[in-house]
Amino acid sequence: MNSVYLDHAATTPMRPVALEAYTEAARRLGNPSSLHRSGRSAQLHLEDARDALAATVGAHPSEVILTAGGTEADNLALKGLYWARRSQDPNRTRIILTGAEHHAVLDTITWLEQHDGAELVFVPMDAEGRVDLAAWQAELAVAPEQTALATLMWANNEIGTIQPVAEAATIAADQGVPFHTDAVQAVGSIPIDFASSGATTLAFSGHKLGGPVGIGALLVRRDATLTPVLHGGGQERQIRSGTLPVALMAGFAAAATEAHQHLDAERNRLGTLRDLLIEKVQAAVGNAVLRGAQDRDPATGEKLPAGTRRLPGNAHFTFPGCESDSLLFGLDTAGVECSAGSACTAGVAQPSHVLTALGLDEAEARSALRFTLGHTSVPADVDHLLDVLPGVHQSALTAGMAGRVSSIRTANSHLERN
Amino acid sequence: MKVLAAMSGGVDSAVAAARAVDAGHEVVGVHLALSRMPGTLRTGSRGCCTIEDSRDAWRACEKLGIPYYTWDFSERFAEDVVQDFVDEYAAGRTPNPCMRCNERIKFAALLEKALALGFDAVCTGHYAKVVEGEQGLELHRAADWAKDQSYVLGVLTAEQLSHSLFPLADTPSKEQVRAEAAERGLTVATKPDSHDICFIPDGDTRGWLAERVEMSEGQILDAQGQVLGTHPGAQAFTVGQRKGLNIGRPAADGKPRFVLEVRPKDNTVVVGPREMLAVDRVAGIRPSWAGAPVSEEATGDWFDCHLQVRAHGDPVPARARVEQGSDQLPDDVTPVGATAAGSAGVRWVIELHEPLQGVAPGQTAVLYQGTRVLGQATIDSAVNSARLGDAVQG
Repeated sequence: MNSVYLDHAATTPMRPVALEAYTEAARRLGNPSSLHRSGRSAQLHLEDARDALAATVGAHPSEVILTAGGTEADNLALKGLYWARRSQDPNRTRIILTGAEHHAVLDTITWLEQHDGAELVFVPMDAEGRVDLAAWQAELAVAPEQTALATLMWANNEIGTIQPVAEAATIAADQGVPFHTDAVQAVGSIPIDFASSGATTLAFSGHKLGGPVGIGALLVRRDATLTPVLHGGGQERQIRSGTLPVALMAGFAAAATEAHQHLDAERNRLGTLRDLLIEKVQAAVGNAVLRGAQDRDPATGEKLPAGTRRLPGNAHFTFPGCESDSLLFGLDTAGVECSAGSACTAGVAQPSHVLTALGLDEAEARSALRFTLGHTSVPADVDHLLDVLPGVHQSALTAGMAGRVSSIRTANSHLERN
Repeated sequence: MKVLAAMSGGVDSAVAAARAVDAGHEVVGVHLALSRMPGTLRTGSRGCCTIEDSRDAWRACEKLGIPYYTWDFSERFAEDVVQDFVDEYAAGRTPNPCMRCNERIKFAALLEKALALGFDAVCTGHYAKVVEGEQGLELHRAADWAKDQSYVLGVLTAEQLSHSLFPLADTPSKEQVRAEAAERGLTVATKPDSHDICFIPDGDTRGWLAERVEMSEGQILDAQGQVLGTHPGAQAFTVGQRKGLNIGRPAADGKPRFVLEVRPKDNTVVVGPREMLAVDRVAGIRPSWAGAPVSEEATGDWFDCHLQVRAHGDPVPARARVEQGSDQLPDDVTPVGATAAGSAGVRWVIELHEPLQGVAPGQTAVLYQGTRVLGQATIDSAVNSARLGDAVQG
């Protein structure tokens, strides 16, 4: 059976140019830190790749700190900024954030709260998951001197909502507070320009844009101070030690370059396909609720270019009366691969913290499905989904009912507790 | 047949699933996430306490080439099994949570979901046998009596049995299952058996209960009502228990004393010598038949059988009859719906040919004829002739 892959936000197929660049570089010997010919050659390849990568995100090459992925980049930015800021002033412990951040951000900050004295300030969001900028401004104005950092993701990995990052960063900058943005879902999908973003640090990842897994980057402004998390050989401006992975970097840069070249065309193509998917899912399942923002003007309802308010490849629904795991099971069996949101170690579909942060109750949050499109998606994928969705939805609905009203009589089922 | 193999992550369920695949069924493996123990994952997370078990189950499914999923039943489990366990203890009874889990989770919540999603049966690694009898399906003991688990399945009804698959039924020994697992390349071949109550991982049931049931100091009495001492909370005691009584004075006859009765209402514990633990008459409420009822059900006549009151206890010869009279339901439960499999108002009266020790209210009485499981009832009272008909009330 042919599988239809609608989970590009989890990981997307490696682009052929990236695979080629990776395999070619992996054959070559050399540690970029070595001073001999092999080392110099490796360094040359690495720095060429760094230049190319920086160019795709509007950064200076020296602002690119390579990491093992998006999670490490977020950890480095948040811990690095927090520790550095607090060492300047021990009372500087506030961290401003929203409840919809990725676990790589949320759990890192929670760790700082539990182990290192951080005080968390959650800023509310609207029903679409966009931060309330007035509240953001107010929280930053309360005690900027005691605020270690503020962080806001560029685009949400579950519901696809794009945040007003430029405004939020400007507000933080006006108060002299460093600003980190987790742009893992955004880079390669919508235009990102680090120089004009106002961000102090920006995290992104290789495999989300068609590069290899195991590499990511943190963009760090040259005037920013970060305390290192990994100590060792002093690579990457002493901020992130560890032997530099030339081949992974070659693949990463090649993927980012190709994604960047086709970005505008892909945005429109995927945005159109996504709108078709949304329209068809809502036609097939009348009560499916689209979550997150839409690429429409909130005041006039006028259509906006794809990727203005929502990631072009993201469609996210809740299906009342169904449980995600029943839907996932049915779709997987029928050859459609998608996601309930974000994964858990044991593979259990958890009620999404993003959806509960938006005020959904647990039952609603447990009925979510995310379909994400990417560079290999074609209209036939959407057709296949719609061929099987009505049947899968129907049995998930029956299974959902079974979870609440037992049809199987058991020895003690006539006894209901008062 | 489309079969859902419930995969605990242990060797039995893995081999059971493998045999279901060999039998030509279309098998999908599902691991049930049942617990939301704090500290095992990030705070507030649910359903993934058993990452190792989940991984083991997944590895086994990969080996068998079948799809694998984890389904979260932690909410149902917390309500139907864990809370029930606490409530039963608080009421002075001794429940069997594994039985409750089979009744309400594996062969109800899971089975219902499976049926809704197009499966025909749930397959588990239980050692028990379902056979086609003259009057429909019957539940029987496994070939390996040492591993036999028919007791904890005694609560299944005909409907539940008709959707159950126990591929280990005829396996002569557990060693053979392990050998088969090794032969099949399953990594769980040498994984130790699980023993304790799964939601009390350190095995300290008393300590676990103390955190959940409000207890206060009360009196320890002898069978004549004389005060012998005090205890920290009646609910922490089980009939037949000897340890932890801490009675200062020795008994007149110098013999050890055992818990004869737990009375949560006036928070007292009654103790006495071992021989007074022996009971010869047991009443069971909320009975259900594992398949067709015995023919004596309608007439109320006595029928010969064996009684078993714990998972690995020896069956005792007995006779039993069904009484249609009304029994007292516990205060906190109300009967709803007359068509339920376990009928309210019906009770079993069981007379033992040999006395049995340590029978506690709340335990499950499973009746057998030969290897066949007739059904089960919850023990409501157990009578000791030595105490002249004094009922041991729950």
